[in-house]
Amino acid sequence: MSALEQPSPAAAEPVLRVEDLRVAFDTREGLVQAVAGVSFAVAPGRTLGIVGESGSGKTVAATTAMGLSRGPRVRISGRVLLDGEELLAASPERLRALRGAQIAMVFQDPLSALHPLLRIGDQIGEAVRAHRSDASRAAARARAVELLEWVAIPDAARRVDAYPHELSGGMRQRAMIAMAIANEPRVLIADEPTTALDVTVQRQILALLRRLRDDLGMAMVFITHDLGVVAETADEVAVMYAGRIVEQAPAHELFAAPRHPYTWGLLRSMPRLEAPAGAALVPIPGRPPSLIDPPSGCRFHPRCPYVRERHREVEPALEPVAGALGHRVACLLSEAERRALWARLAAGATPEQARAAVGQAAPAAAPPAAEPPA
Amino acid sequence: MAAYILRRLLWGLVLLVLVSLLTFVIFYVLPSADPAQLRAGRDASPATLHEIRVSLGLDRPLTVQYWTFLRRLVLHADLGYSYFSGASVGSLLLDRLPATISLTLGAVVVWLVVAVPLGVVSAVRRGTWVDRLTAGGALLGISVPVYWLGLVALYLFASDIGKVPLLPGAGSYVPFSKDPWTWFTSLILPWLVLGSTFAAVYARLLRGNMIEVLSEDFMRTARAKGLSERRVVWRHGLRAAVTPLVTLAGLDVGLLLGGAVLTETVFGIPGIGRLNYDSITHADYPVIQGTVLLAACFVIVANIAVDVAYAYLDPRVREA
Repeated sequence: MSALEQPSPAAAEPVLRVEDLRVAFDTREGLVQAVAGVSFAVAPGRTLGIVGESGSGKTVAATTAMGLSRGPRVRISGRVLLDGEELLAASPERLRALRGAQIAMVFQDPLSALHPLLRIGDQIGEAVRAHRSDASRAAARARAVELLEWVAIPDAARRVDAYPHELSGGMRQRAMIAMAIANEPRVLIADEPTTALDVTVQRQILALLRRLRDDLGMAMVFITHDLGVVAETADEVAVMYAGRIVEQAPAHELFAAPRHPYTWGLLRSMPRLEAPAGAALVPIPGRPPSLIDPPSGCRFHPRCPYVRERHREVEPALEPVAGALGHRVACLLSEAERRALWARLAAGATPEQARAAVGQAAPAAAPPAAEPPA
Repeated sequence: MAAYILRRLLWGLVLLVLVSLLTFVIFYVLPSADPAQLRAGRDASPATLHEIRVSLGLDRPLTVQYWTFLRRLVLHADLGYSYFSGASVGSLLLDRLPATISLTLGAVVVWLVVAVPLGVVSAVRRGTWVDRLTAGGALLGISVPVYWLGLVALYLFASDIGKVPLLPGAGSYVPFSKDPWTWFTSLILPWLVLGSTFAAVYARLLRGNMIEVLSEDFMRTARAKGLSERRVVWRHGLRAAVTPLVTLAGLDVGLLLGGAVLTETVFGIPGIGRLNYDSITHADYPVIQGTVLLAACFVIVANIAVDVAYAYLDPRVREA
């Protein structure tokens, strides 16, 4: 993909802009800060990949942008701008009109995300008619067939009357995608759209999403825990950890020169063909932190192999990486240290070896021991 | 599907024979009044009693009696004659059926009209006063016996004995064919009483299903499409939440068609339930057998109907 080689963030005005988004859920156990100040923007025809473990806040951020997480026990602040229109303050009626028309979403598991008792065609037709009240049932149905053909479902005229359980997993996800693009939205949010599918089908779905994005000129937000999927799809990547973006960069830059220890962990826990022979897959020790009482300082510090005393107190900001356009990282290590550490890691060193080679003293406490109780 | 229904119907027949045998055994094995004695009246001579026994066939061995009954039923569709009134059981049942059907269908309308909105609203607004009120009402409806509720309703609203004489009271039932308006007004109280007890149960069941459905992924999808909240809840939500209840409702309707004994008795409605009650007090075996078999028929047919309906409502069941 040529777009990957020549990232041009300023090519077009972003259609979706999220600024300092914060989402907290008021639960019996306490306030869960699921999203703690997240900003990103996507331009038409571009894809932003949001990567993170489950519980990192990526899905909450997306559903909040869609206005789907509103509720009496949800506290939302920040700004979500769709073509300059503020969505967080929009009336429910205005949001309803935008959802499915200007901004649409594809969900993770199509079997549970589609209504089990309604025909595929009816569910797609409903999406059409929700925004075009003048469309007749017949017109909506014809449009459903057209959409199913568009997402390459064979024998669409017959499949339009099928129920979700009668389709294969890949077909179901195609139908789900057809439903999302029914009104040719400007923004498509895909939340782990390939996670429930097997690998060959994953590739087809990714190819389909790319094609549709280009055909329709949609801005796409692609949420996943799988860096491999991001490498194939995204122009830009944001890595989320514990409700924050810890690193953000053009996709090729992120894979070539990652700057955050968490990203390193993700990369090292992912099987890669170009990895040095004998390099073992290394899981990141510990678990994602509690979002009710997040760690002080850098939220990653309890799991970070390079942690220092100061990192437990000072909160890092997402700051530009010197000399790398569009690359930002929230890490308290110096750029020189980060560069040296990654050089060792990329050569196959363990975090301990890398730390020793760079001359960093061992952390006061072994990182996994500082893990908060689950 | 046709073969399936046929198979189920054949099993239904087997079940009916078993039910009739059981009814027969229970009647003769367990202590009960002597039908001959009841028919002969007080101070009948032993000779008269014997004569009646012979004429009713009660002197023959039980196995022969049951065989005779079964043969007549199968070959001539003849359920025999009432020991008490001498009328044919078949005609008695036919006479009583319209009243029971009227009572049941009206009650079903009341229970659905009340239960569905209450169930949905208390699920969507759970924890609010609407929910608490329906929870309290449902608890009352579930715990209060229907005959007590019926008596209270009569005491409050019946035109003859009621504190606020609004509606015709007990024994006011007339067939629809005779006087539709009186038929309607006389059934309002029984419909409300019978319907509300079911409505209470179903509102709670529907609320439970609905709460589960509200957190389903497909509900979020429906919202993401830009559907109105009303459509999300009443089409996508209700469709999924109500389907499991159809099974239960079908069976309950089948049971009611077999005779709502208590309600019919309290309100003096001449239906199957009332007939059943009277036949038991008269030790009128042929009528008991007739009403029991009719009720069993309804339950069996309701069972099959429910399975067919379920396959229609839930496409996932069709292939299974």
